[in-house]
Amino acid sequence: MNWAPAFLSNPERFMAFSRWAAPMFGVIAAILAAVGLYLGFTAPEDYQQGQTVRIMFIHVPAAYMASFVYVCLGGASFLSLIFRHALADAAAQAAAPLGAGFTLLALVTGALWGRPMWGAFWVWDARLTSVLVLFLLYVAYIALRASMDDEVKAARAGAILALVGAINLPIVHYSVDWWNTLHQGASVFKRGGSSLAPVFLQPLLIMALAYTSAFGSLWLVGIRGEVWRRRAEAAALRAARS
Amino acid sequence: MSRLSALLVRETALAWGRGGGPLVTVGFYAGVATLLPLAIGPEPERLAAIAPGAAWVALALASLLSLDRLFERDYEDGALDLLTLSPTPLELTCFLKCLGQWLATGAPLALAAPIAAIALGAKPDLAPLIFACALLGGLAFAFTGGIGAALSLGARRGGLLTAVIVLPLFVPPVIFGGGALDAFASGLPWSSGLALLGAYAAMSVAIGPLAMAAACRNALS
Repeated sequence: MNWAPAFLSNPERFMAFSRWAAPMFGVIAAILAAVGLYLGFTAPEDYQQGQTVRIMFIHVPAAYMASFVYVCLGGASFLSLIFRHALADAAAQAAAPLGAGFTLLALVTGALWGRPMWGAFWVWDARLTSVLVLFLLYVAYIALRASMDDEVKAARAGAILALVGAINLPIVHYSVDWWNTLHQGASVFKRGGSSLAPVFLQPLLIMALAYTSAFGSLWLVGIRGEVWRRRAEAAALRAARS
Repeated sequence: MSRLSALLVRETALAWGRGGGPLVTVGFYAGVATLLPLAIGPEPERLAAIAPGAAWVALALASLLSLDRLFERDYEDGALDLLTLSPTPLELTCFLKCLGQWLATGAPLALAAPIAAIALGAKPDLAPLIFACALLGGLAFAFTGGIGAALSLGARRGGLLTAVIVLPLFVPPVIFGGGALDAFASGLPWSSGLALLGAYAAMSVAIGPLAMAAACRNALS
């Protein structure tokens, strides 16, 4: 995968690539989501959870995306901080609201799932709390960028914050684990194979791919929009000077 | 007097005078500790159960108080430019700034924390532990808080922004310190929480200045 950032670091090549890649990922996401949702809704009821098990197909991929997008945000921030690359910064800027959206979706669907299962919308359990802290980090990142007028400074300050957050997130995760554990442990990926029945695992994995593909599409669209916005601003500056 | 000790004296004196210094910070701390029983109710049993945790979280809030001025005044009057030009690395300057902040506000807060906890109804034998937690936690709060203060340089509404940035980073120290106090209060082994709090403080002392210096250079560029 080493060639990918190098190839895409050229804005012209990136624009040419994303022009067809963004809709392609969007179509893949729509197809996968349709298949995943169909399989999810035709899957048998869980013997303990009944119909509510179907929330899993929306909730678990969103929770996975919440951290996946932060990895993307951290990687893009690293590249923009070290190489001062404008596209990497546009990528970081476009990733943050998407990540916040996925995190919020995970929190909301988790609350709706928790009410029938645990009898409460919210419990102060380790995993819920670390996802909430992740959401607050996204919000802090967006707020920091939004409150600076100078875009170059906003980009670098945001990148520093994203990296500090990336160092902190494992510690936050570990610390809330140490603090309290009620949420079930990992069940999809663990030693000795998944403990999830294949009828549930299949739609879950398809939905995870659909979410990833949808993020890829939206991310590319976001970066393209950011590139166009910067070009328009530069053009407006040139027009104002002449 | 060597350059470093002169810098440390300057930063401590500035932190001492900044926005009323320790008096305002401790006053804010006392105010929060007073509001808590008013909101929760005066029953001693109920207050005693939450006293260590309440004293601890009020401490985290109070250490946010003078943070937004940590870099801002030097940034506004140009002293930060001069500090950047000096032969002392900016990382070391940021380290001394946070150390001064800790000496001027963290240490007085650490003295006030056991008093507040006991006033809320904690057992007096908790006092040494909450003092130790407040000292170590104050170090972590000062150095992670400094990152937020440096990042929000040049932003609109810097003070509020600093709090939004810093509060998620305060999660681990609040958990570790609160865990140690809670374990001690219920007679369980408490040293692991204190050790983890110390580890977090050490990490923020090590990493914080790097991030702060990068953020200051960015703000000045």
